[in-house]
Amino acid sequence: MIYLDNAATTKTAPEVVEAMLPYFTENYGNPSTVYGLGSAAKKAVNQARRTIADAVGAKQEEIYFTAGGSEADNWAVKAAAEAYADKGKHIITTKIEHHALLHTCEYLEKRGFEVTYLEVDGDGLVDPEAVRAAIRPDTILISVMYANNEIGTIEPIAEIGAIAKEKGILFHTDAVQAFGQVPLNVDELHVDMLSASAHKLNGPKGIGMLYIRTGVKIRSFIHGGSQERSRRAGTENVPGIVGFGAAVERAVRTMEEKREKETQLRDYLIDRIEKEIPYCRLNGHRTKRLPGNVNFAFRFIEGESMLIMLDMKGICASSGSACTSGSLDPSHVLLAIGLKHEIAHGSLRLTLSEENTREEMDFVVEELKKIVARLREMSPLYEDFVRKGSK
Amino acid sequence: MYSEKVMDHFQNPRNMGEIEDASGVGTVGNAKCGDIMRIFLDIDDEGIVRDAKFKTFGCGAAVATSSMATEMVKGKTIQEALQVTNKAVMEALDGLPPVKVHCSLLAEEAIHAALWDYAEKHHIVIEGLQKPKNDISEGEEEEQY
Repeated sequence: MIYLDNAATTKTAPEVVEAMLPYFTENYGNPSTVYGLGSAAKKAVNQARRTIADAVGAKQEEIYFTAGGSEADNWAVKAAAEAYADKGKHIITTKIEHHALLHTCEYLEKRGFEVTYLEVDGDGLVDPEAVRAAIRPDTILISVMYANNEIGTIEPIAEIGAIAKEKGILFHTDAVQAFGQVPLNVDELHVDMLSASAHKLNGPKGIGMLYIRTGVKIRSFIHGGSQERSRRAGTENVPGIVGFGAAVERAVRTMEEKREKETQLRDYLIDRIEKEIPYCRLNGHRTKRLPGNVNFAFRFIEGESMLIMLDMKGICASSGSACTSGSLDPSHVLLAIGLKHEIAHGSLRLTLSEENTREEMDFVVEELKKIVARLREMSPLYEDFVRKGSK
Repeated sequence: MYSEKVMDHFQNPRNMGEIEDASGVGTVGNAKCGDIMRIFLDIDDEGIVRDAKFKTFGCGAAVATSSMATEMVKGKTIQEALQVTNKAVMEALDGLPPVKVHCSLLAEEAIHAALWDYAEKHHIVIEGLQKPKNDISEGEEEEQY
């Protein structure tokens, strides 16, 4: 099997699993208890919190564990909106955010908030000046993702953050795809809140975090116990938190090497596809791009068919076609960068890890060539295109 | 997600291709929604469907329903071909996931569109056949890259 869907989730690293296991079997105590078993768990939770805080240049008490990236996004936007509603009811975000963000904004729109969804350019980049222009006296929150999950484009977060800071507006970034892949520092980026998830960086599923800068007024998300400084109640997912910590430690340690290797493989794969498969288009920015992200649209064919055929060859990938999104519309991100519907349906995302090899990339290109050719042979759109061309 | 029959018809589609100078050709669907089906029919003087072929832009279910639908109309009279409903195609494929039911509707529509084309070319009226409504969007400019 060749796994090329690391943006969906990653393999939990063996050292992460190993770090987690004792917190199921031996150190199963509740961190809120007074006896030794509980304090061992509490110590481990705080250790992980410190590791994660260090990784983003934050203070330990600014890291709040959540059940994942979606929860962190929901919390950041809903609780900030509620907390600052007396100041204003306007939120600025972009058209290419993850649904965890977009659907939360839609929820708020139904409750009297106004949301500006900024356009992006053909590469998926947000213009910081467009953010500035969208700011109104009643703007209370700006949320722009660090890197896009589909097309891998890395946004100018530090520049947008500087504008938000200058204007005194709360700034959140969804860094789920970027955390652990590229260096992040909350002060350099001028972010007040940042969402991240463990399973995108070889950690376990079901655990994530929201960084909340000290002084940010934000409501509690889950009411109950005093966990997470009473802002997010519920007995801690101790094994998950320990696994998250171990994954971050590993990600920080291996980042440079991993990044270099993935970037090389990525560019090699992009280069071969562009040279060897006609009528394709690279989606996303060529260089301001996550190290492991490759996203192409192939004209005249549909994504799900491509995925099934790739799967038959043992290749795991994903697509932005309607058939894979469960609706009639293709990916909102691909539409936002200006792709026509029928071209967006033919998109393919391949997201690499440091474990992939050049041989695997070669195999993928060879198979993909055959699959694209086969599907075009079946396609009435291709038939029409060829016929028009030969006239 | 798909039944074995669907996977079989997707991996080894029957009747994929074109019929030159076909008696009737029908294209339905919409590229915007991600499905376009084109069915070619060869109908003899007796009104028997001698051959059927298809070309499809779409997901696994769209390809499989095209394949099955063309299989089902071959050798049939025009009236029998009209009875090849989306339900019959779905049943022959051992079912489709609920979100893919519209693919089987397209197959039925494509057959009807091909029969309509045949009827128009031969200036005949096929009893029980309605003018197909599901036309693809035309006239969009070509994009080059």
